[in-house]
Amino acid sequence: MTIQAPEGMELIYSRPESLVDMHTHYCPGCTHGIAHRILGEALDELGMRERTILVAPVGCSVFAYNYFNTDACEASHGRAPAMATGVKRTRPDNIVVTYQGDGDLAAIGTAEIIHAAARGEQITTIFINNAIYGMTGGQMAPTTLPGQKTRSSPDGRDVEIAGFPIRMSEVLATLSGAAYIVRRSLHDVKNIRKAKKAIITALRVQEAGLGFSMVELLSSCPTNWGIQPDDALEWIEEHMVPYYPLGDYKVIEAVANL
Amino acid sequence: MAKQMLKGNIAIAEAALRAGLEAYFGYPITPQTELLEHLSKRMIDEGRVFLQAESEVAAINMVYGAASTGARAMTSSSSPGISLMQEGMSYIAGSELPVVIVDVMRGGPGLGNILPAQGDYFQVTRSAGHGDFHPIVLAPASVQEAVDFTVLAFDLAEKYRHMVIIAADGQIGQMMEPAELPEMKPVNKVRPDWALTGANGRGKRIITSIYLSGEEMETYNQKIQNRLAEIKQNEQRWTELYTDDCVLLVIGYGTAGRIARSAVDAAREKGLKVGLLRPQTLYPFPDDRISELADYTEGCLVVEMNAGQMVDDVRLAVGGQIPVSFYGRMGGIVPLPDEIVDAIEDTYEKLAIHTPK
Repeated sequence: MTIQAPEGMELIYSRPESLVDMHTHYCPGCTHGIAHRILGEALDELGMRERTILVAPVGCSVFAYNYFNTDACEASHGRAPAMATGVKRTRPDNIVVTYQGDGDLAAIGTAEIIHAAARGEQITTIFINNAIYGMTGGQMAPTTLPGQKTRSSPDGRDVEIAGFPIRMSEVLATLSGAAYIVRRSLHDVKNIRKAKKAIITALRVQEAGLGFSMVELLSSCPTNWGIQPDDALEWIEEHMVPYYPLGDYKVIEAVANL
Repeated sequence: MAKQMLKGNIAIAEAALRAGLEAYFGYPITPQTELLEHLSKRMIDEGRVFLQAESEVAAINMVYGAASTGARAMTSSSSPGISLMQEGMSYIAGSELPVVIVDVMRGGPGLGNILPAQGDYFQVTRSAGHGDFHPIVLAPASVQEAVDFTVLAFDLAEKYRHMVIIAADGQIGQMMEPAELPEMKPVNKVRPDWALTGANGRGKRIITSIYLSGEEMETYNQKIQNRLAEIKQNEQRWTELYTDDCVLLVIGYGTAGRIARSAVDAAREKGLKVGLLRPQTLYPFPDDRISELADYTEGCLVVEMNAGQMVDDVRLAVGGQIPVSFYGRMGGIVPLPDEIVDAIEDTYEKLAIHTPK
């Protein structure tokens, strides 16, 4: 739905066409809304909305398909890259985007994301890393930090028992099929702008057929972290960024020519 | 087209391609691997989609994605691989997508063996995934039937927007016999009005299996049940032999049904009034005809390559009207005609004692 400016006023900021005008189910302070917004803006700016097929995950963003004004499907837990492969191989001219959380992508769906990247599948993955399982109420994720308290690591993640968190961008960057793998953060305006820029690049990588692209977004979960939204943003910067350094992990040469 | 010598797995693969298969995703597993190998060349040569997935889990979800775009999509596997696919099969059932799945069944449980078996009857007809649904299940008993059912599978899948499983035992997949392939059909590029193609000049479309409220979920469950009722009414398929005067009705499907036919012929030569019914659809089960035959038959003998699974459906179909006995071999052992003749004679004898008419 197009937002109209009141008479006599110029419209300088509005909802992207790629997002549906509706309330989301996300908790206050959750950064899914920001991630949706910048992905929506990116699709608008690249004129891709009408060509896009979104593959939604299982997790808090399970209903992402309701919020994006694009064709969409809902994968089973972790299988979004496989489903997206089926979509893209039969619709090579469409833009195919998976939107996945850390449990989805880095635990149950590890095989699917690794092989999609290894094949150089022409899809773009938006990877929301908030170091916790949100939808099921705050259990330990594969990306939960050492010592981080969750509902299933109540004394803090003990690496002797639960092992270490996985840095997925670093893992995927080792694969030849991956063309563009970067990690950004949503904890402040400057980083949000960088994240949006990365999403635009990732989508252009797909359009140019350069290979698999992924933007990992460090995100907050104030509800399950049990802290205030603004404290949660600080927590990303203080605790997540040191373990998950921001940066470009794989950018093939051809990306520079886009 | 003229008949040619074809191996079952390759016949199914080639028939699928000729039926307009647009996208195939699979993973090697014995005894179905030739199917994947055949398509790995033919699909690419024809400019269609072939991909060897990293697992059966991935393969079925690739099929899920391809079917979401309205493409004719298929995968194939064997028993342990089908177990891995059940998650995706449930989602496909929850999303009303037409897909075709070939199960070349082997011995189990567990890793079992690679011999032909029918131990997955319950799995394909009763529990193809979590939730309340049944796929349509076709059971070929020859290479020709495997070819014909492959073509039929796509037509039924699209007619009902429903999953179709071709349940072939390893024998059907591995044996060679003459069969005629269908004419080559191009891929149908026309997309149905629910397919994901990009919301270009139209509203967005969503393929999902989530219905959060109980009422919504029940409405969808009812929709599946209504469709299954329609399928039950229209699609029961079977063949029968000597049923006009039989005292004992032998029932078997796939390879067991085929061997039972030889046994029934041999028993007839011995003067026993034996008939044969071979279900071609395991779901919907041909229970209308079996119930009808129970009215003028004295008993049934069910033959399977398992511990007795379809026999439950026969019991339900005859509703206690006549006694139902069972003869089965397990472990991937295929029963010989003589064993079945013995079982026929045993059952025949018992019937004479228990049923005075």
